[in-house]
Amino acid sequence: MAQEQRQPPSANVGIVIVSHSRKVAEGAADMVRQMVGDAVPLDFTGGNADGGLGTDVAAILAAIDRAWSPAGVAILVDLGGAETNSEMAIEMLAEDRRGRVVVCNAPIVEGAVIAATEASGGSPLDVVKRTAEELSPQ
Amino acid sequence: MDEALRKRLIEAVARTVIANAEELTQLDRQIGDGDHGLNMKRGFEAVLETIEATAAKPLPDAVKAVGTTLVMKIGGASGPLYGTLFLALGKALPETPSVSILAEAFAAAVEAVKARGKSQEGQKTMLDVLVPVAAMLRASSGDGEDLIARIRATALESAEATRPMRAIRGRASFLGERSIGHVDPGARSSALMIAAVCDAVGG
Repeated sequence: MAQEQRQPPSANVGIVIVSHSRKVAEGAADMVRQMVGDAVPLDFTGGNADGGLGTDVAAILAAIDRAWSPAGVAILVDLGGAETNSEMAIEMLAEDRRGRVVVCNAPIVEGAVIAATEASGGSPLDVVKRTAEELSPQ
Repeated sequence: MDEALRKRLIEAVARTVIANAEELTQLDRQIGDGDHGLNMKRGFEAVLETIEATAAKPLPDAVKAVGTTLVMKIGGASGPLYGTLFLALGKALPETPSVSILAEAFAAAVEAVKARGKSQEGQKTMLDVLVPVAAMLRASSGDGEDLIARIRATALESAEATRPMRAIRGRASFLGERSIGHVDPGARSSALMIAAVCDAVGG
């Protein structure tokens, strides 16, 4: 692949991984990096404010900010609270960003890898989300 | 509503949650991930840290401030759910609500929790306490002095009534049939908070 043809990282949809466990989030992010290198903005968060298992709205907001792309950000989550807290974080974003962040209903590891691969090709946010969600059992 | 009453109400709810954190954790250990008591305690300890500044605000802003703190500090799924309850309640309340206005505001807040959790009554969640309390509040608008006592009783009984239910939403739903026979921790914490408010306003 010709390096100069690749879009700058910030033009692609960003990926945020939100797990109850920092280790799970970090491990999933490692797998994404191995697949797509630095072609997509990527960040992760896991654990509650005390460092235990859980999710933290403030940390999710910070991760969205670090993975920000004008094309938007797709969030991959594990269990219920990660989803609810991610949705809460989206609502707390500035208005011009709020409509460009989505939570994907997909398995966290596989979803993150597939979503990032799709995003690395320059696909828009809705396509990235749909591709990840094709993994979900109906 | 004056500052002293606002402070008394916030303090009553926070202290009740903190005092019962161990029970909530025990319930959550049976059908969830065992963090409900600790998470709620962390959230309400943070509420207590800023209680003076919060109670000094007009009622809608004070309630919203509690909601924001809960969202940022609780951490589990209950953070956004209770946070949404308080944020939506604060949004719908005037500075000095009548019982009927309070009933409408509370009903709106409960609807917001349903939307946040994509859940309904009957799924073994906090909504199994919030929905009947909202209904009673609405039906009894302005009537009789026993309203507070009846709301208190309804909240506590409704939490107990989640025991035979099968969980459909939340972590307990992973257990399927095995979630039957345990009181839902979120229903219990909701009931404790409502009972604390009832006690503080003199039920």
